[in-house]
Amino acid sequence: MVLLQRPHILLLLIDTHQFLQCWIAFGSANEEGQQQEEFSEELLVKPLPDHKLLAHFHFQSSAPPSTSNGCHHHLFPKAISQLVQKFRVKEMELSFTQGRWNYESWGGFDPISSSNAKPPGVELWAVFDVPQHHIDASWKNLTHTLSGLFCASINFLESTATYSTPEWSFPPASGNVRYGTFPCEAVCTENLTPWLRLLPCRDKAGIALLLDRPSLYRGFYHSQRLHLTSTESSSEGIDSGIILEQTLTVVLQPNSERAIEVHASEKHVQPSWSLSSIFGKQVSGRCVLAKSSSVYLLLDWGLVAELKFPNKENGKSAANGLTSENFWSNPSFELSVNPDRIFLEESSSHSKSLSILYMFQVEKYSESEPFDIGLMWKVPVAWLCQQTPLHASRFFMGSGNERGAIAISLKSTQFTEGFMSANSKDGSCELRVDVFQVVPWYVKVYFHSLRVFVDQQPRAVSDFIEKIHVSPSKDKMSPGVMEVVLKLPCRVNTAALTIEFDKGFLRIDEYPPDANQGFDIPSAIISFPNFHASMVFLEDDSLNRSPLLSKFQEKCPVMSYTEVLLVPLTTPDFSMPYNVSTIKCTVFALYFGSLLNVLQRRVAEEERFLKAKAAKKTGRLPLLLSKLSAKLRGSGINQD
Amino acid sequence: MAETKEKSLSDEKPKPRVRPIVRLGIFLISHSFLVSVVCCTAGVLALFLLPVLAKNTYISENALMPGSASPMLSNQHVSDGNRLVKDLTNPNSKSSETGIESHKIIAQYMLDLGAEVSFHKFHPQMNQFHPLHFFSSPVSGKIQENYSCSSYGINTVGIIRAPRGDGKEAIVLVTPYNALKSGFGEALSLGIAYSVFSLLTQVTWLAKDIIWLVADSQYGEYAAVAAWLREYQSPKFSSLSTPNAEMCPDVNNLFELKGHSISGSKFSNSFRRAGTMAAALVLKVRDQNEQFEDTISIYAEASNGQMPNLDLINVVNYLAVHRQGLRVNVEKLWPLLNSSWLKSLGEIFESLAKVAKSLYPKWKFGIPATEYVEGTATLASSLYYQALGVPTGPHGAFRDYQVDAITLEISPKFSLDKVWRNDILLRGGRLIEGVIRSVNNLLEKFHQSFFLYLLTSPSKFVSVGVYMIAFALLIAPLPMVAASLYVDANSSSNYSKGDSSTPSAITDTDEHGIAIRSWRWLNSAKLVFIVHLWGAIVSLLPYFISQIPDCSPTTSFMIWVLLSILSLLTSNSVLASPLACAKATQEKEWALVKSVTISSVFIGLGLMSVINFATAEIGALLMVPMCLLARPLKLDVRAGTLRSFCRLICNLVLGHIAFPPAAFFLLKGMLDGFGNANVGDFWMWVESLWAWNSATYLFIGMVQLPCWVLCVSILFHTC
Repeated sequence: MVLLQRPHILLLLIDTHQFLQCWIAFGSANEEGQQQEEFSEELLVKPLPDHKLLAHFHFQSSAPPSTSNGCHHHLFPKAISQLVQKFRVKEMELSFTQGRWNYESWGGFDPISSSNAKPPGVELWAVFDVPQHHIDASWKNLTHTLSGLFCASINFLESTATYSTPEWSFPPASGNVRYGTFPCEAVCTENLTPWLRLLPCRDKAGIALLLDRPSLYRGFYHSQRLHLTSTESSSEGIDSGIILEQTLTVVLQPNSERAIEVHASEKHVQPSWSLSSIFGKQVSGRCVLAKSSSVYLLLDWGLVAELKFPNKENGKSAANGLTSENFWSNPSFELSVNPDRIFLEESSSHSKSLSILYMFQVEKYSESEPFDIGLMWKVPVAWLCQQTPLHASRFFMGSGNERGAIAISLKSTQFTEGFMSANSKDGSCELRVDVFQVVPWYVKVYFHSLRVFVDQQPRAVSDFIEKIHVSPSKDKMSPGVMEVVLKLPCRVNTAALTIEFDKGFLRIDEYPPDANQGFDIPSAIISFPNFHASMVFLEDDSLNRSPLLSKFQEKCPVMSYTEVLLVPLTTPDFSMPYNVSTIKCTVFALYFGSLLNVLQRRVAEEERFLKAKAAKKTGRLPLLLSKLSAKLRGSGINQD
Repeated sequence: MAETKEKSLSDEKPKPRVRPIVRLGIFLISHSFLVSVVCCTAGVLALFLLPVLAKNTYISENALMPGSASPMLSNQHVSDGNRLVKDLTNPNSKSSETGIESHKIIAQYMLDLGAEVSFHKFHPQMNQFHPLHFFSSPVSGKIQENYSCSSYGINTVGIIRAPRGDGKEAIVLVTPYNALKSGFGEALSLGIAYSVFSLLTQVTWLAKDIIWLVADSQYGEYAAVAAWLREYQSPKFSSLSTPNAEMCPDVNNLFELKGHSISGSKFSNSFRRAGTMAAALVLKVRDQNEQFEDTISIYAEASNGQMPNLDLINVVNYLAVHRQGLRVNVEKLWPLLNSSWLKSLGEIFESLAKVAKSLYPKWKFGIPATEYVEGTATLASSLYYQALGVPTGPHGAFRDYQVDAITLEISPKFSLDKVWRNDILLRGGRLIEGVIRSVNNLLEKFHQSFFLYLLTSPSKFVSVGVYMIAFALLIAPLPMVAASLYVDANSSSNYSKGDSSTPSAITDTDEHGIAIRSWRWLNSAKLVFIVHLWGAIVSLLPYFISQIPDCSPTTSFMIWVLLSILSLLTSNSVLASPLACAKATQEKEWALVKSVTISSVFIGLGLMSVINFATAEIGALLMVPMCLLARPLKLDVRAGTLRSFCRLICNLVLGHIAFPPAAFFLLKGMLDGFGNANVGDFWMWVESLWAWNSATYLFIGMVQLPCWVLCVSILFHTC
């Protein structure tokens, strides 16, 4: 494509001739068939059923193996490559999230949600390519590096009590994984800026121009993610270098102020939007360093099924409508810009309908003619996103400061009903559910108290749990980890796992400054390994060049995160440790003093001693004292 | 102690050095009469001084920032609320005899706002007496019984998820609503809640989820809220024996309507949850009203005298008074307001304060007499409701799960005017909005302010450090008198009666005799123990009596009294008949019995003050004088002096008052008049106490009643 050549021409224009030699060398390397550093920017926009809009930015940079051009990079961020080299990171994912992904209305069974729906706060996992005993050290260094890089308190993940080693339930199954979350991290623009700095054009050009901070943080969900894979360290064999994938997923409410006004009359009509109305900015051309720069509009198959309905009356079927224009002049909505390409999903498990992807090339537009797509709805549409097989929620049971129980409840969704009907022919249909739960040490979980309820019946644990791996927590050392593989019958309606715990006590210096808020228990990960969320769009030769679409094609298991829980622990009265200790000491002194006095006293001995003393000449003062005491005592008796 | 005395008497023996603390103890014990009179008087006086000593409330938690943001509730939201009120009071909606229609209307309104809605069906659980379930968590041991489809309630629950919150915490807003016979007030409370709810769906500042619970109050407000909380906090995953409410046809109807009208999946028939509850507000609007002003009453007492954090009351009070111009009320004991003796007491305090101020201008502690009377009435009701241990509203259910909650009852001045209705919707809504916004600001749970306090007015409180003094003064003489009696009984029994003034004449050095005598108190302890055991049996009896079907309260009470007397007589005769035995052996036995009784009362009151302070305080007011004054009537009759005559009269009066049923009827008579007093009332009262797991019941059964019996036995001691 022409695209490939363009960056170099521009680089040439920008840089001085000093750079020319380098470019020649680079170009020659390119001719030899070596890969070169690439960058691509993409944006995917998807209307959501509850009148909201999902925007998913996807930036991908890739660097060839370091052997080809040393430690110098043209596009690839140096900080990341150094980090990979130093800590020998094989794969790593870091996400900053604010808000909760609404699995019920935003879906959980598509590639976007299963890989971009993250728990609130910071989540970090990394796979290292170092010997076992070096992993923890590498992890600690990595957390500190990332903490500095992203202005976040990731360094709290350094302590062994906060991160865990998943054995097999975590997707990149390997012994070298470390996983840690920090749910109370407040994510804001200070984390976004360093993230943007990793992009070659930052947010000065290209699609990243849309990242207007106020409109981003006004959204309902905001998750910035950094995923990197490297095969660099395995120096033999095929190298692909480092692939850095930066995604930003936001859920926004298009022009909410209008939605209130039209509240009564047309509340079921989806709000119309355009990129400029939701972000307040327009794309004025692509980032010149990007290999590809495109914007996609994804219509969910559920939505397509609803939209097709008027067409079917006219006798037009979906399949032959691919080339015809009726896809963007649908009677129910209108696109402001004609798409450059239309992709239709190749096949899907549900077979009811196929998703449609509109593609817009950004490079056609310029400053004078900025790119701005808009979608105008004409008729009310209502549809449902495809949900995870089981909807998971987690909550606390019990009350008080002493003990409680964690319950994870799974409920069948509309998907399972379809799945069940499809698989009802063979009787032994099973649904595999993996549960991965990390519990901090101060919540002392009793793993023997694990109980399973299926369809509101208490059942034997061994009936449904195929595999379980437990590593109990050590006080102030390591968190408790529970990995469970559940095999549930497909017809299951509800299932629940409960496990009891005691609340532990912390030392006064171990409490955080806001101890009375309570302590967070990180999200549990519920994954369904039998199900893979993937979207395969009709094969095309130019298609495999789009990293976003190839990402969609990858089979990733369906995953969902449960809520973060807040467990209130007993807190000491921080405001008056002095008073408390003073009173305590006084009481103890009085108690022990009198107790020791009573214990030590030997009456006979004392009498003998006094007698001996009396035999001698007594002093004047003791005599006076004894007289006084006799008087005192005598008067006491006389009173009665 | 007897030994030390003997030693001090013999002149040849040298005196051992006695420590000052021991000397002080001996001094106090020997002057126990004076000390007890001074302490008791001071204790009672301190109690009456509490309204004067009350401090102004202040917002302790800085994060609350009440009233710092201007209210966002506009007329748009008010008209939304009005629409709901109209729909609910519309006669068409009441056509259904189960009231399901109005639940559907409410749910539809919530859904239109974009909230998550679910119905919670529950079978009302009547509170039952389980003898062993005192102090147990509210969850355990509730035995499910078979219910029919005809009796279930439906709570409608709407949840707003905070747009950018992490969903760890939630604020609960409760409006009790009886779909079958709802007054206009209930509909209005729903209207206020709805207008706030519709505002909260649009705001961006929410950090905690909002739960709006429309509690079906046809089986009682408390039962509905408690059932919902039970399901929220400790759901039962298994449903083996109970017939599910889902099987009932009516309930299925409920879900059918929702299915097609709603686009999203916001409605679900499963139970929905949000995070840990930060605070809960129960909102009610009173139907009939006599006030000339819009007032708002705050009810805060939960079970066993637990109170929500004072900051929650402060926030409501601050916003209501300074922002919305509502008058805030807390419960008062109305009869006290007109009592002249209180007024004169207040005037005395006032004049004293004036004198003090004239002496030193910086002493400003006096309050006007009228304010004093009001403060005392509020304080008395605060003490009374805490002592009762029965929650004063549905908020009590939250306190069982350590959630701070209060009930707000708005009583508007007059009704059925459109403008007025809008006004009350706006002001009530803005108040609720302000409180929710304040609680939403909280980073930590309520912990800054007091949990142990007594209110003397909505903006004045007495903290634990102050009111403890009155109680401590009251019970301080008990151990001293016990010790002095013990010493007295031990020493005087050595000598012939009447010679106790000249003890030095006799020297009893028989060590064995001393040893036996010093253990004689065990005999009395046995008696006290038996009586306390009997007290425990008496407090268990109602459980068995309540099993008797078709029993009117009066007959139950009679059966109870009869059984109690019977069991007392049996235990008395079977277990070594302690009273008769005592008479035979020792003449001063009553002093020992009194000494042990006083010690046991001291322990009982001390324990109770930890569990429920107000009960202990009222109990101490009744029991301490009785215990201290108790003395065989015969002795007083024999003595025949004026002093002993006074004591005789006091003993007789106290002996009547301190009997729990007598105290109850006296209190009831004072509050409601003696006209309609009924014997069965006491039974009903006791029934309500045990149904609410009130520790007061245990206190009456196991401390006060045995103490009374022992005191009476001392009074009628034949010596």
